[in-house]
Amino acid sequence: MYTFSNRLRLFAIISFVLGAIMVGLSFADVPGSVEDMKAMEAAHGHGHDSGHGEATHDDGKTAHHDEHKTHAAHADKEHHGDAHGADVGHHDSAKHDEHKLAQLQNKPWAAVYVAAFFFMMISLGVLAFYAIQRAAQAGWSPVLFRVMEGITAYIIPGTIIIILLIIASVMHWNHLFHWMEPSLLDPTSENYDKLTVGKSGWLNGTFFIIRAVVYSGIWIAYRQISRRLSLKQDEASDNSNFKKNFRAAAVFLVLFLISESMMSWDWIMSFDHHWFSTLFGWYVFASMFVSGITVIALVTIYLKSKGLLEYVNNSHLHDLAKFMFGISIFWTYLWFSQFMLIWYSNIPEEVTYFITRIEDYNLPFFGMLALNLIFPLLILMNSDFKRLNWIIVIAGIVILFGHYIDVFNMVMPATVGPNWSLGMAEIGAILLFLGLFIFVVFTTLTKAPLLAKRNPFIEESKQFHY
Amino acid sequence: MSSKVIQAMYTDDDVLMSAVKKVRQENHHIEEVYTPFPVHGLDKAMGLPHTRLAITAFLYGCVGLSVAVSMMYYIMIVDWPQNIGGKPSFSFLENMPAFVPIMFEMTVFFAAHLMVITFYLRSKLWPFKEAENPDPRTTDDHFLMEVSVHGDEEALKALLLETGATEIKVTEKH
Repeated sequence: MYTFSNRLRLFAIISFVLGAIMVGLSFADVPGSVEDMKAMEAAHGHGHDSGHGEATHDDGKTAHHDEHKTHAAHADKEHHGDAHGADVGHHDSAKHDEHKLAQLQNKPWAAVYVAAFFFMMISLGVLAFYAIQRAAQAGWSPVLFRVMEGITAYIIPGTIIIILLIIASVMHWNHLFHWMEPSLLDPTSENYDKLTVGKSGWLNGTFFIIRAVVYSGIWIAYRQISRRLSLKQDEASDNSNFKKNFRAAAVFLVLFLISESMMSWDWIMSFDHHWFSTLFGWYVFASMFVSGITVIALVTIYLKSKGLLEYVNNSHLHDLAKFMFGISIFWTYLWFSQFMLIWYSNIPEEVTYFITRIEDYNLPFFGMLALNLIFPLLILMNSDFKRLNWIIVIAGIVILFGHYIDVFNMVMPATVGPNWSLGMAEIGAILLFLGLFIFVVFTTLTKAPLLAKRNPFIEESKQFHY
Repeated sequence: MSSKVIQAMYTDDDVLMSAVKKVRQENHHIEEVYTPFPVHGLDKAMGLPHTRLAITAFLYGCVGLSVAVSMMYYIMIVDWPQNIGGKPSFSFLENMPAFVPIMFEMTVFFAAHLMVITFYLRSKLWPFKEAENPDPRTTDDHFLMEVSVHGDEEALKALLLETGATEIKVTEKH
C-alpha cells in the first residue's frame, strides 16, 4: 500500500493555494471598463496609439471579427494606414477599445480554461491508454494498471471543472466562446452573423452543456466501472471480472473516439467558431495521448524511486518512453498535416486560423514544434536513453510543457488575441490545477495496492523484459 | 598451419543456449554458431558486441535530409525561383512546408536503403555467394556450434558431449 507522503501533500496544497491566490489576483487585476484599461495602459507606459494599433492590427485578421464586421476590408486598409503612421480610421477606435477590453477580461478565464483542460486531457489520455492496454490484452503493462487508475481518478474533478467553466460561459460571466454572444443571432443587431446563425443548431448553450455532460458521463462511467472491476478481480476466484473489464474497454474505446472527437469540436474548436478542420479531433487526441503516457512514466518513476513498484523494471520504462517518442511524432504528423494542407491551399476562410497564430503567437506556435518534436525525437531515439530515469524525466517535462503550449495556442488566439502572455494568470492556473491533480491522483493511489493481484497477465508483466 | 575445429550438433535451442554458456565458462573460443532461426539471447550468451547498424542508419538519414534540402533549395529557390501558383519562393523557409514531404521521404529512403546495403556488406551477402553453412541440416532443425581446438581435443569433445551434443565432428578449417 502506498501512503501519501507528507512532503508531496504539502507541495500539492501549497501549489493549489498559491495558484488560487495568483488566479484570484489576476481576476482582480482585470480592467472593468475602457477607462480603467486606458489608465492601466498609461501606468504601464503604453500610449493610446500603441494600444489602438494593436487592436486594429488584430481586427484585420481575427477570424471571428472580420467576418461579422461590416467593414472587414476597411479594417485591413486601416491596418496599412497605421503601418504608414497616418492616423486613419479613428472613428472606429471606440469599438476597438471595447474589443481589446473584452480580450483583457478574458485573460484570466482563458488561463484557467487552458490549465483546466490540460490536466483533464492528461487524465483522459491515460484513460484511453488504459482502455487500449486492456482491450489489447497487453502483457507488459498490468504492473502499471494501478498507476494508470490513480491518474484517471482526476477525470472526475477535471471534467466537472470544465463543465462549470462552460456553464459560466453560457451564463455570460465571461466572453470565452464568442458564439455565445446573443447579438450575433439577432437580425436587427449590427453584429448579426449569418455563419453563427447557421451553426446555432449545434452551437447553442443548452445543447452545449448537455453534450458536455454526456461526454463526461461516458468517461467517468467507464473509469468507475473499470476501477471497480479491477479491484474486484483482486479478490475474485475466477476471471469473470477481467473479462467484463475487457468488454467494457472495447465498448469504451468506440464511445471514446466519438465523444473525444465531438468534445474537441465543442471545447476547443468552437473558440474559433468560423473555422473548421476535419482532423482536429485526432490532433487533440494525439496531444492528450502523449501527455497522458508521459504522466504515467513520470508517476511510475516517482513511485519506483520510493521503492514502491517492486516489479517495474527499466523495460517497462523503455516501453513507455517508446510510446512517448512514437506518439510525439504522431502528434507532429497531425499538426503538420493540418497546417500544411491549409497553408498550401491558402483558402481565406481557413487560413485566418494560422495567420493569427503565426503573427501574434510566433514563438509559442513554432516553439512548440521544438518542444514536442525535435527534442523528444533526438533524445528518445537512442534505445539506451529510453531506460534512463533522468532522461525520461527531462523529456517528459519538455513534452508536457510543449503540450501545455499546444493547448495555449489552440485557445488563446480566439479569446485574448494578441494580448497573451505567460504571466501570473497562466502560471497561477497551472499551479492551481497541478496541486489539485497531484492531490487527487496520489490520494487515489493510497486506496488500493499498487500491484493488481489476480490479473491473468500479471505474471507475464512482472517478468517482462525487452 | 590450418586450425582444427570441432563441430557439435544440437537439436534444441535451449540445450544450445546452455551449451554456449558452459563452453564459454570453460574458456573455449566459439568460432561460430549456425541456427535455422534467430535464437533469442544467443548473441548475449556468446558475448557478441552490439550492432551499430542503427547508428549508421541515423547518419544516413541525416545525409538524406541534407540531400533533399540542398536539392530543393538549389532548384526551387536559387536556380529558377518561379512563381508557381503563388507559392512564395523568395526563401527556403517561406516555402518549406511544401518541401517537407520530400524531405521526409528522402530521409527515410536514404536511412533504409543505405542501412540495408551496409548490412549486406558487413555480413558479406550478395547474389551468387557460396553458402557457408557446414551442414545443410542447420537450415532446418539442427543447431551447430563450432569450437576451435587448442590443446586437449579429447577433453573438449567430452565437454561438448556432456552439454548435450548429438553429433561431434572434428574438421580442418581452411
